[in-house]
Amino acid sequence: MPMTPYPQFSADDIDAILAYTSVGDVKQVATTQVAESMVATSKSSTAWISYLVVFVILLLAAWVFIASNSGLLKIVTTIFVMLLGTYILFEVLFKIGVDQDYQPIQPIAFDHKIHAGDNKIDCEYCHSSAKNSKTSGIPSVNVCMNCHKSISEYTGPVKSEKEKEFYDTEIHKIYDAIGWDPEKLVYKENYEQKPIKWVRVHNLPDFVYYNHSQHVTVAGLECQKCHGPVEEMEEVYQYSPLTMNWCLECHKETNVDLKGNEYYAKIHDELAKKFGVEQVTIAQLGGKECGKCHY
Amino acid sequence: MASNKKYWKSVEELNENSSIVEKLNKNEFVEDLPTDKFLGDKETLETSETSRRDFLKYVGFSTAVASLAACEGPVINSIPYVIKPDDIIPGVADYYATTMADGFDFANILVKVREGRPIKIEPNKDSENGSTNARVQASVLSLYDDNRLKNSLANGKAADNKTVDAEVLAKLNDLKTKGEKIVVLTGTCASPSTKSLINKFAETYGNVDHILYDAVPEDAALNAFEKMYGRRTLPDYNFGHADVIVSVGADFLGDWQGGNFEVGYAKGRVPKNGKMSRHIQFESNMTLTGGNADKRVVVKPSEQVLIMIKLYQAIVKGIATREASPMNDAVQKAVSQLKKAGRNAVVVTGIQDENAQLLALAINNHIQSKVVDVVKTRNFRHGNTEKVNQLFSNMKAGKVGALITFDINPAYTLPKGAEFAEAMKKVGLTVAFALSANETTNASQYVVAIPHYLESWGDVMIKMGQYSLVQPTINQLFDTHQFQDSLMKWTNTPGSYYDYLKGRWTESVLGGKSWNRTLHDGTITVTLPEEEIKVNEVDINAAGSALAKIKGSDLELTVYTKVGLGDGQQANNPWLQELPDPITRTSWDNYLLVSRIDAEKFNLKNWTVANGALDGDMVNVVANGVTVSNVPVYIQPGQAPGSVALALGYGRKGLVKDMNVGVNAYPLAGGVYQSAIIEKVTGVHNFACVQLQHTIMGREGEITKETTLADYISKPREEWNQEPLFSLDHQEVTQDKVNLWTKFDDSLGTKFNLSIDLASCTGCAACVIACHAENNVPVVGKEEIRKSRDMHWLRIDRYYSSDMTVERGKEEGIFGTGDFFNAQTHPSDAPEVSFQPVMCQHCNNAPCETVCPVAATSHGRQGQNQMAYNRCIGTRYCANNCPYRVRRFNWFKYADNSEFDFNMNNDLGKMVLNPDVVVRSRGVMEKCSMCIQMTQATILEAKKEGRPVADGEFQTACSNACSSGAMVFGDINDESTKVSHKKKEDRTFRLLDFVGTKPNVFYQLKVKNTSEA
Repeated sequence: MPMTPYPQFSADDIDAILAYTSVGDVKQVATTQVAESMVATSKSSTAWISYLVVFVILLLAAWVFIASNSGLLKIVTTIFVMLLGTYILFEVLFKIGVDQDYQPIQPIAFDHKIHAGDNKIDCEYCHSSAKNSKTSGIPSVNVCMNCHKSISEYTGPVKSEKEKEFYDTEIHKIYDAIGWDPEKLVYKENYEQKPIKWVRVHNLPDFVYYNHSQHVTVAGLECQKCHGPVEEMEEVYQYSPLTMNWCLECHKETNVDLKGNEYYAKIHDELAKKFGVEQVTIAQLGGKECGKCHY
Repeated sequence: MASNKKYWKSVEELNENSSIVEKLNKNEFVEDLPTDKFLGDKETLETSETSRRDFLKYVGFSTAVASLAACEGPVINSIPYVIKPDDIIPGVADYYATTMADGFDFANILVKVREGRPIKIEPNKDSENGSTNARVQASVLSLYDDNRLKNSLANGKAADNKTVDAEVLAKLNDLKTKGEKIVVLTGTCASPSTKSLINKFAETYGNVDHILYDAVPEDAALNAFEKMYGRRTLPDYNFGHADVIVSVGADFLGDWQGGNFEVGYAKGRVPKNGKMSRHIQFESNMTLTGGNADKRVVVKPSEQVLIMIKLYQAIVKGIATREASPMNDAVQKAVSQLKKAGRNAVVVTGIQDENAQLLALAINNHIQSKVVDVVKTRNFRHGNTEKVNQLFSNMKAGKVGALITFDINPAYTLPKGAEFAEAMKKVGLTVAFALSANETTNASQYVVAIPHYLESWGDVMIKMGQYSLVQPTINQLFDTHQFQDSLMKWTNTPGSYYDYLKGRWTESVLGGKSWNRTLHDGTITVTLPEEEIKVNEVDINAAGSALAKIKGSDLELTVYTKVGLGDGQQANNPWLQELPDPITRTSWDNYLLVSRIDAEKFNLKNWTVANGALDGDMVNVVANGVTVSNVPVYIQPGQAPGSVALALGYGRKGLVKDMNVGVNAYPLAGGVYQSAIIEKVTGVHNFACVQLQHTIMGREGEITKETTLADYISKPREEWNQEPLFSLDHQEVTQDKVNLWTKFDDSLGTKFNLSIDLASCTGCAACVIACHAENNVPVVGKEEIRKSRDMHWLRIDRYYSSDMTVERGKEEGIFGTGDFFNAQTHPSDAPEVSFQPVMCQHCNNAPCETVCPVAATSHGRQGQNQMAYNRCIGTRYCANNCPYRVRRFNWFKYADNSEFDFNMNNDLGKMVLNPDVVVRSRGVMEKCSMCIQMTQATILEAKKEGRPVADGEFQTACSNACSSGAMVFGDINDESTKVSHKKKEDRTFRLLDFVGTKPNVFYQLKVKNTSEA
């Protein structure tokens, strides 16, 4: 295909774009490094060990009750079993509503590894509202089409179980949604568009207010900090527990970068004068107050 | 001195033996849990087959099932746009400037839009008419009214717009050939483009009349102005220029001549350099304006006429009245003050009589009042009753070929509405353009569903030269069709109304300025060619003598409009229905206002039942040749004896079930007053009145403060605004020296304070609705209000007071007369009124925080008292411990509950909810959060842009809605902010200061200009 002409771009614009792409590349390297440093621990569960331990203990307890004549031993075992039971019960109850590792099946088998990993597309290219808004935003189909107008088939490395046709079918699902004719390379006229019903992976209750732009734009966090190594996920899962404790742990530990942001200028001066400190944590600035997230 | 006053909310409190007041003082929750309902019935309990064991089994089973069910989370879908509009970022609000003009209310507004849904109305403060009242604020909910017409109708059957347009067009052409009369009946049409389209329509069809009709007409004022200045319009008044305001029955802080005067008025009410305006009000009903006046003289409507004559004679003719009477005395004093103020004085009147209005214009013209603007006149309330009456008789005579009505409901709002509907049947073609089905659409052959103003294009010229645009903020929700589009089709004008509008504006309004820029601003002011003001010679003496012929009657009835419902267009709006009237503090009703003396005469009573709710007798009212049955009676302190009043806008039929309240007062409207006969009927009416609710442990006497201008100027602060003193080591010390709590360092960063100036607060209640909209406050309905379960986070307390002392009696010359005696024994006959908005005071030492067993309510460094709903277990200890009674308990789940069939019970109504604020569930406490979602959003915006927050950027919903500038919100840790300056003012006080709660909300006391000289 011939390169699309952009007559509206001046030479300066093109220079700017070129500069941006090169800078973008530099940033990409940095991102990958960060991502590598915090690759998730093996997702394979170690739960079987604890099950085994509990099983052995219960076996022991049963043996005590059946075989032993010592009354004291029986009482001690009873107390022990009850404590263990309570502990396990609490562990179970505390996990209710925590959906870590939640990995729903999506209507399109979108592969973050191919997009963000192999092709190094910046997260915010698709999730563009993360820097402006409370929601990170699931990209609308027209954003997909920016690339997929010209990429209608998968040409990357093929693993054994996932054949090329599989990926191609998935790509064609977005054409189906927006009404693109991949043969004629035009949008179909009077096409009834079909919005894609993605399944939401990260769910917070209604009574929690979370704002992406606060964390992405103001704090400058990498997406991977909370979402994990998305660029390695073929299917996205919930990496963090998203519990209040998890939020607060980070708020207590992380220092706020007071420098370079005029908003904090006054607070910074006052802090330095009052306590002689240069650094404060988010919690010390009020990030631990209930009303900051619950309203 | 202010502290000598006894403040009271309800007449019940003046009764020393009332056990109810005592009980309400002590109990926050007057109703116990209804355990009797399921445990009180012994028989059922004994015969029940459910044993205690069974009960435990059921409880155990349901708990287990519920926990199991909770383990599996629901699958939540997230559906993005297919093609995202460029200007929408999900989660970020857009604001559009537009204009509300529904024929009754006119305002330049900003509409907050989230993901394509308008969710809130805010005043467009950069425009000339950017002040919003409660109805304008609430109009966003009327957009999502499930009762709206969802498609057009032809002879009662659903029809599409094209068919209707075509069928009507054919009939119109038929009428044109026959030369029959076509009448276009609209409300006040302030839209220049609509007017020009109607003119074009008239040119096309020949025999066309365009008649303007207002539900609440101002014919008297219009005709008077026309006589004197040659144009049938209404002058503008800027009360900010007035040193002396004398109002004879003009409720200009309400809806008199279209309202919107509070901005100017409030400016003059804050003492500056020892000066403020003096406001004297002669009136029969207790109105918002009367409540704000420095001196309120209680007179019947027929006496108001007399007063107008006397004012005219004294000011223009220099003839003083000789007879000595309290009324003459009051007039005399008003006259001398008016004369002293010279050009800075104004006389306004609400008497619905052309001659009375002429006198007022003549007086203002004589003194060359600076307050009146006869050039930049107001383009609303231009309806012409005479022409409407003519149309009515023509219709009855079968002389009208076609009647096209647009956004009005004459079959309900005309005094003879039913007859009008009957006459419509004699018209060959009737087409009604309407927002929802009503009495007029029911009588029309064709009904075209029109879009709400938030879905429409249009323009308005609110005042001469001040053009504003109306732009859609959402796609049309239903299959609706603009009136102007039909007109264009019928006149064979090409293009859409938008094209027409833009073309017209580019040609004649913009004058080279950018269309997009103007659309962004919402308004544009065009300098009109200066006309020489000609004052016609009018025989005022003849007017005076004609006026003098109006005689009084035993019982004079007037109709009025309430702050909530106005003319009744938005009667299906639950926010407005639930809004307590600023004066009577009653919601969900209209009622006959009766004075104490008349109530005794007719043996009518109001009484408070055990749970604090108000009940009352009912009467039949006979006036204007009609009988209105079963009208509840409300005994209003300060109502003129011999006068009664009833609010318009109620008694509509066919609304959503709970909204069908009140009686229709339109049949009783007309004239200066209607001579009425009332007779008591059996039966009791249940009011939803909140005046005795949320009482503050009997501390009302100390809660509000006011002083007189004389004291304010001449006496030291301690005399009129004393700070409480505490005893420490047998020494009297001020509050900052003693504290039970450990000190809390809040000097770092932002700290919010809200300042409320009682001198400029008029009690208009726009803030209450703004709070409703911003914070997803649920509507609870009449029955729940009666049980003190209203959910308003912000209430406007109204206090009555009377400070008639011997000293004052001598000063006013009534000592020793019957008046003085009356004022002593019946303070309710002529009380003074104070308004005080009360929301959570965000105490630095908050009593609620210390009693919460689960720490659900806690203190933020920014000064906000935070409420974590998800943590609350509903013990209600906090509400019991709150000295201000501002916490509200969710007794029920108000969303998705058919028992509360209001906006949160249907998908359409839910679209108005603010997505940044959670909808609270049953069993939790809620209260004002000082709009923490707004302050946090402002901070985030500043952080993102890397800049400090500028003064004025921090707003709460209430402070933003306050057009009189009474509420100022901001950062108190920043010395330069407006709120910091306010805090240092000598009028500043805190509510119940002596409790030691140290609130972050503070007030400036009201100053009354009581000087009689």
